[in-house]
Amino acid sequence: MSKTGFPAAARQALGDTQMRRNVGKATSTIRARRAARVAEVPDWEALRDAGAAIKARAMATMPEQLERLEASVTRAGGKVHWARDAAECNAIVGGIAAGHGARQVIKVKSLATDEIGLNDALAAQGVEAIETDLAELINQLAHDTSSHILVPAIHRNRAEVKLLFEHTIARGQDLGWDITAIAEAARRHLREKFLSVPVAISGANFGIAETGTICVVESEGNGRMCLTLPRVLITVMGIEKVLVEWRDLEVCLQLLPRSSTGERMNPYTSLWTGVRAGDGPEEFHLVLLDNGRTDVLGDELGRQALHCIRCSACLNSCPVYSRTGGHAYESVYPGPIGAILTPQLRGLENAPTLPYASSLCGACYEVCPVKIDIPSVLLHLRGRVVREYKSRVSPEALAMETVGRVFGSQRRYEQAQKLARLGRGPIVAAALPGWSAMRGLPEVPEQSFREWWRSRPARPVRGDGAGP
Amino acid sequence: MSDGREAVLARVRAALGSSPEAPEVPRAYREAGAFGAGGDCATVDLFCERVADYRATVRRVRGEELLGALVTACEQRQARRIAVPAGAPPWTVEGVDLVRDDPQLSARQLDELDGVLSGCALAIAETGTIVLDGAGASGRRALTLVPDYHLCVVRLNDIVPSVPDGVAALARVAAEGRPITLVSGPSATVDIELVRVEGVHGPRTLDVFVVEG
Repeated sequence: MSKTGFPAAARQALGDTQMRRNVGKATSTIRARRAARVAEVPDWEALRDAGAAIKARAMATMPEQLERLEASVTRAGGKVHWARDAAECNAIVGGIAAGHGARQVIKVKSLATDEIGLNDALAAQGVEAIETDLAELINQLAHDTSSHILVPAIHRNRAEVKLLFEHTIARGQDLGWDITAIAEAARRHLREKFLSVPVAISGANFGIAETGTICVVESEGNGRMCLTLPRVLITVMGIEKVLVEWRDLEVCLQLLPRSSTGERMNPYTSLWTGVRAGDGPEEFHLVLLDNGRTDVLGDELGRQALHCIRCSACLNSCPVYSRTGGHAYESVYPGPIGAILTPQLRGLENAPTLPYASSLCGACYEVCPVKIDIPSVLLHLRGRVVREYKSRVSPEALAMETVGRVFGSQRRYEQAQKLARLGRGPIVAAALPGWSAMRGLPEVPEQSFREWWRSRPARPVRGDGAGP
Repeated sequence: MSDGREAVLARVRAALGSSPEAPEVPRAYREAGAFGAGGDCATVDLFCERVADYRATVRRVRGEELLGALVTACEQRQARRIAVPAGAPPWTVEGVDLVRDDPQLSARQLDELDGVLSGCALAIAETGTIVLDGAGASGRRALTLVPDYHLCVVRLNDIVPSVPDGVAALARVAAEGRPITLVSGPSATVDIELVRVEGVHGPRTLDVFVVEG
């Protein structure tokens, strides 16, 4: 996907009225659901504090935690791999699949594997990756990309999905308008895959250093199928998903489902440790992925973006996201969290418009279950964009310098006021076409205060003479 | 890929700098034990209410009524052949063929059965969650996953009040390396229009039997 930057991509997205309706309805529904489920937890704020500290602690001690995780997984019969970047990770996963002669692999929804373009890399070596999450399947069949972390096909409504399925996995059938029947078509289509494909690939929500336990939360059961039935399981886990101890789950498993789907608990949570004779895969590979995460970790303020547990509450609460939808962010990580994560993962120079894709209203910070201060990081990144990547001779830099000189001298300031009165509209429109397209200018008064002061008739000041 | 390992760890160390500060985790939330030991009336009521919220069916029965309730449920769901874990109690359900997972049933054999009858390791009242731990009456993971209908027997003593209670009780299971599955209602999706529909790939029907006494 070619990157046009947020403003252009957002303008295009806003023109898609169907998408706007779908995303608007979805975000408002899920906002309300989340609010109700959070309200019934009296210690929610204490859980958020604990969640923030749990993640901060894991980041601060990450080298130790990753080594502990590696040792625990290895002890339990798993094999741990390390990947510096997307290419290395894809090569590792592709190598394992090839080693088992797999022509197909089944996949649990995973943002990390979307981030590294794993499906395309596997296709290039002749391995078909089959998405098993309903929304991911919809996007895969439609050759579309995700628009939401939690519900990636939320930009489509049931009519669109019904037609898509009737042209692909349920060819020749009339599925009707009931979503249950549409879901049933996916069930029939994938059941045989679950029973026969020998290799599965998943992401990870949490990886516990203490025990070597990996956690995947889901709703449909496709995750359980992939994690349980195939002979070989490969999990791609970003290094920031590591948790220090088992006990950390008592906080995270409360924060995530309520923030994410607005449920007390998601239908299925799978926790497994290495391999278990007679139960589940015979071979387990854990690939620990960097791919820019250590760059994020290097920014003391920006590193909190790595605390994200991918609940998507910030997307649903964001007035910008709920109008543009996810595609405008041109990343697998959309919304407010994407606006701070993507530029740091890819490098600011590759996504310089994203830190500006926000009104800084702060709703994202309020709902974040691990208290990521997204507005502060946005401001911090805006500063970095200006300092590190915007040229000193850019129109904006020149304008600021000029304004500085004008404001620095009374004479120049007053001349500028006169000029502004004369040519306000046309001059500004010509000089700053992009800026003035979205903003109104204040009326310039006919007379400034200084001019009025100088022009008023001289009068004796009362009280100078005799008193009343 | 040992060079990948050293490279990633070196980058992490460099990124963190010399003295990264690791905060203490403040635990002002309701920790394990905050609601007592569980199994009491209020906890059981809450569990039943919360399970039912997920559109699972909950039946509260006395010990001697369990087998009768299982017969009725299987009749209603037209389940004639159902799997039971190798380590399950010697349940019998009149009119139903119980297929013990010993020797292990293949995934295809499981796919041909009408359901599965299991117990659980514990249950969490606050979230209406059933916890399976891969042993005993929980059975191995495929057993409670592949068949379309799951009947689960929960005993009063299995029910703990909160998520921290459940996580604390499972620490030993995790340390032993046994797989754990948390089940909160039947398989569901909200992927289309955020409308929750029960049933995609996991069991589409979940009947829970809470056994008292």
